[in-house]
Amino acid sequence: MTPSDGYALIALCLLPLSVSLVLFAVPSGRRRIVVSITGLASLLMLALSVYVFTRYSFAGQQFQGVLAWTWMQHVGFLGEKGIQFKVGVDGISASLVLLTGVVVVPATWVTWKVRDRMKDFFILLYLVTAGVYGSFVLLDLFFWFLFYELALMPMYLLIAVWGSTRKEYGAMKLMMMLLAGSIFIFTVIFALFTHVGAGTFDMVTLLEAKKELWFQRAFFPVLVIGCGTLGAIFPFHSWSPDGHAAAPTSVSMLHAGVLMKVGAFGVVRIGFQMMPEGGAYWAPALIVLGATAGLYGAISALRQTDMKLLMGFSSVSHMGYVFLGLGTFNAIGWSGAILQMTAHGWMTALFFLLIGGMYDQSHNRDIPNFSGMAKQMPVWSIFFIFASLASLGLPGLSGFVAELHIFIGTFRAYPIVGGIAVLTAAITTTYLIRMLAQAFFGEMNPRWSHLQEITWLERAGAAVLALAILGLGLWPAPWIARIAPSIINIPGITL
Amino acid sequence: MSDILGNQLNFNLGLLLPELILAVTAVAVVFVDMFQKELKAGRALVPVLSLIGLLAAAAATATDIDVEDDFARMVQIDNFTVFFRYMFIAIAIVVIAGSHEYIERHVNHVGEFYGLLLLSTVGAIFMASARDLLVAYLAIEVLSFSLYIAVSLGKNDPRSGEAGLKYVLLGGVASAMLLYGLSLLYGVAGSTQYSEIAGALAKSPEGLRLPLLLGLTLIVAGLGFKVSAVPFHMWAPDAYEGAPMPVTAYLSATSKGATLALFLRWFGGPLLPAMQDWQWMLAVLSTLTMIFGNLIALQQTNIKRLLAYSSIAQAGFMLMAITTVSDIATSALLVHLSGYVITNLAVFTAVIHFYNRTGKEEIADFRGLSRTNPYLATVITVGLFSLAGMPLLAGFFTKFILFQAIVEGGFLWLVVIAVIGSTVSLFYYLQVIRQMYVLEPEGDTTRWRISATGYVTTAILFVLIVVVGVYGGPLYTVADRAAYALFQG
Repeated sequence: MTPSDGYALIALCLLPLSVSLVLFAVPSGRRRIVVSITGLASLLMLALSVYVFTRYSFAGQQFQGVLAWTWMQHVGFLGEKGIQFKVGVDGISASLVLLTGVVVVPATWVTWKVRDRMKDFFILLYLVTAGVYGSFVLLDLFFWFLFYELALMPMYLLIAVWGSTRKEYGAMKLMMMLLAGSIFIFTVIFALFTHVGAGTFDMVTLLEAKKELWFQRAFFPVLVIGCGTLGAIFPFHSWSPDGHAAAPTSVSMLHAGVLMKVGAFGVVRIGFQMMPEGGAYWAPALIVLGATAGLYGAISALRQTDMKLLMGFSSVSHMGYVFLGLGTFNAIGWSGAILQMTAHGWMTALFFLLIGGMYDQSHNRDIPNFSGMAKQMPVWSIFFIFASLASLGLPGLSGFVAELHIFIGTFRAYPIVGGIAVLTAAITTTYLIRMLAQAFFGEMNPRWSHLQEITWLERAGAAVLALAILGLGLWPAPWIARIAPSIINIPGITL
Repeated sequence: MSDILGNQLNFNLGLLLPELILAVTAVAVVFVDMFQKELKAGRALVPVLSLIGLLAAAAATATDIDVEDDFARMVQIDNFTVFFRYMFIAIAIVVIAGSHEYIERHVNHVGEFYGLLLLSTVGAIFMASARDLLVAYLAIEVLSFSLYIAVSLGKNDPRSGEAGLKYVLLGGVASAMLLYGLSLLYGVAGSTQYSEIAGALAKSPEGLRLPLLLGLTLIVAGLGFKVSAVPFHMWAPDAYEGAPMPVTAYLSATSKGATLALFLRWFGGPLLPAMQDWQWMLAVLSTLTMIFGNLIALQQTNIKRLLAYSSIAQAGFMLMAITTVSDIATSALLVHLSGYVITNLAVFTAVIHFYNRTGKEEIADFRGLSRTNPYLATVITVGLFSLAGMPLLAGFFTKFILFQAIVEGGFLWLVVIAVIGSTVSLFYYLQVIRQMYVLEPEGDTTRWRISATGYVTTAILFVLIVVVGVYGGPLYTVADRAAYALFQG
């Protein structure tokens, strides 16, 4: 990947931002214009994401496509290259860029179903998208944090205005908890800048600078709490089930699919890559938290009757695997963790798309109320069963690849925890298969005889995600090859 | 020319041209209002005349950029002064342009009102530029007296008179405390000139520590009142709620800005050698203000009181910079102050125009504003998000710079409290945004527009909020030069 490919990265940040701005000028009633602009933009973002991912060369340097413009320097406390608008990806962020690109397209298509204030919805949704892309591609801590907060900013309005079950409660809880997490991130960023003392927020400089052991050991957990809150790490996960249940479909897709991965990515980039000795010291704690999240999420999901709440807890459980993999501090576990981010992202986006498609018609998500849905909505059911199989880790689908790596890595580090992780996988299978048995098979409930099949747009969106899941499951080599160099570069990582 | 002590005095009145223009305009405005019938002038003459005076003063101050001079050893003219001159003149222009309809309808004695606004601007500028304790105190009083009266000029509103009375009584006590502190400081240092006080305190005179501490405490208390720091803040919510809205906007902008400028001049100049003695006082003041300002704001139901407590909390953030005063902290403070002023004026102007149409000021009355006036709802939302520190807006950039500068000064724990306070503040700002966007309007749901000057003022402020948020470099550079002047002079 050459430096000029950095323009693709900049385009990824600025394209959704400009779409939001342009939409301000479009009159609210002109749906066709909004649909065409957003449709075009989402396809462009997918194309750019695929381009960035494929162009990333696993034989090159760790950070590729690096371009920088100096924003402010030599003023106040800023020194040489104080704040720059600097972009660049490593293998980990390249795979997450691809994740985002594939999720944005179905999310856009599904949002076209929104009747009231669709334009405003898109303005806010694309601000979130810009924030997410920015968090993955920016290599300057100031701008990274700006885009991180940008992804959180529209959340309250998106959920409180267009959401469903207990939307105001879910929106406020999500917003306040995620921003409380930002407090911790703020603290680490400020402390890091002052401790390194180079007068710059450049991530590459900060990555290479020496940080005292006491500093790393003190501030690594602070960062994990901060970014981990967005990644729904136990015990800071409680915003997630309520927030996802309340949010409208495309917001849930983006949030559970991509935004939570921004949190985990923050732990990787600012936590492990910048404070590796601190990370090595706290890795066992991370394993415990990850395993607890996995088990707790799975057991809680067993109890749920609302489909979206079940998915919310399922997300907590699967994100627990990510932190488990990161905590193993060996290459295979890490590989699994990064793969799980992409794998779970697509799976959960597919789930929320399908649940939304059904909820829009039935206004009911309670599993016991449904029965025999496979007869009423066969295409919907096929996709739903596909997503469930991916989620429980069926070989050939993305979930298996990721979980296999994580389990092997965990057994290498702490065999007992490995046992718990496998137990969690069994519980996951239980709640998913049970939901399928209850809601999809058996006698059809006549109450739902009016339900139509999901629209062609939703089918297309589901197909995109299903293909991606299949692709990663059958051929994970491109991902693993790109992730490996970044993992090896972290000091202390064993095999 | 020389004074009694034999010091050479510079009487170049050209250095004071902006203030002279403003003072003359103030007097002219009062006269024009008095002779309005004879002059056969319209109602617009008074505000237009005020604006002309302000613009002329702004032009006159351009000649003082990068100048390093003093007037008769009373007033210092440097980049720091020029920065604040522009800020205070801009605030006055925005307040007049954005709220002249409100002033016409809801304020008694319109001519005197405009005159008082202009005079208080003069007082504010002298607070930022004084180099002698007596001149600074006189400037404080000019600012305060003008505002005491302006607060009580609301038409047919008993709250206004009550607010004015509370303000003048409490303000009088605070001024008295401040004066006592200043006289103790004079006793310790032997001079009222900033530069000579600095020299005297640097010698650390023995046996004078107690009077110095006493003086410092009284000074901090007196100034703490003016900047509405907890626990000296009790006047602020009542004064903000009762005063006519343009005065509230003015109080939150110029009054705070002038006091902070004075904090910087005093604590970065004459009192700097005594930093050990007052640093903990300001740290405590700042902590209490950030915590309680944000907590009490959570319970408010009136938009003016909410914005009052919001301003109190913001003052807490800015006091952190005085705690760690240095050129880095000063430039960061000036950046944050500018962002705060722009944002606060945007929100207040929008609320004023909301009041012009509906006559209401409870938060619950903003229900459904996104449907009935989407433009105004957007302006208020952007302003409140900026105050909360949301990205791409001025508040994010200015808070980031301010907080990092404080950490550079070694006070990470203060910044942690500040960030917690900032996060809590989002909750009460969201209450207003919730009313506008999540709830549907009641009663009359026809769309309405605001006046032309309203659109222009709010649009300019809105654009500035985004520009500072996205491209704050030039502002930071200007603030840096002003801060440099403060510490080199």
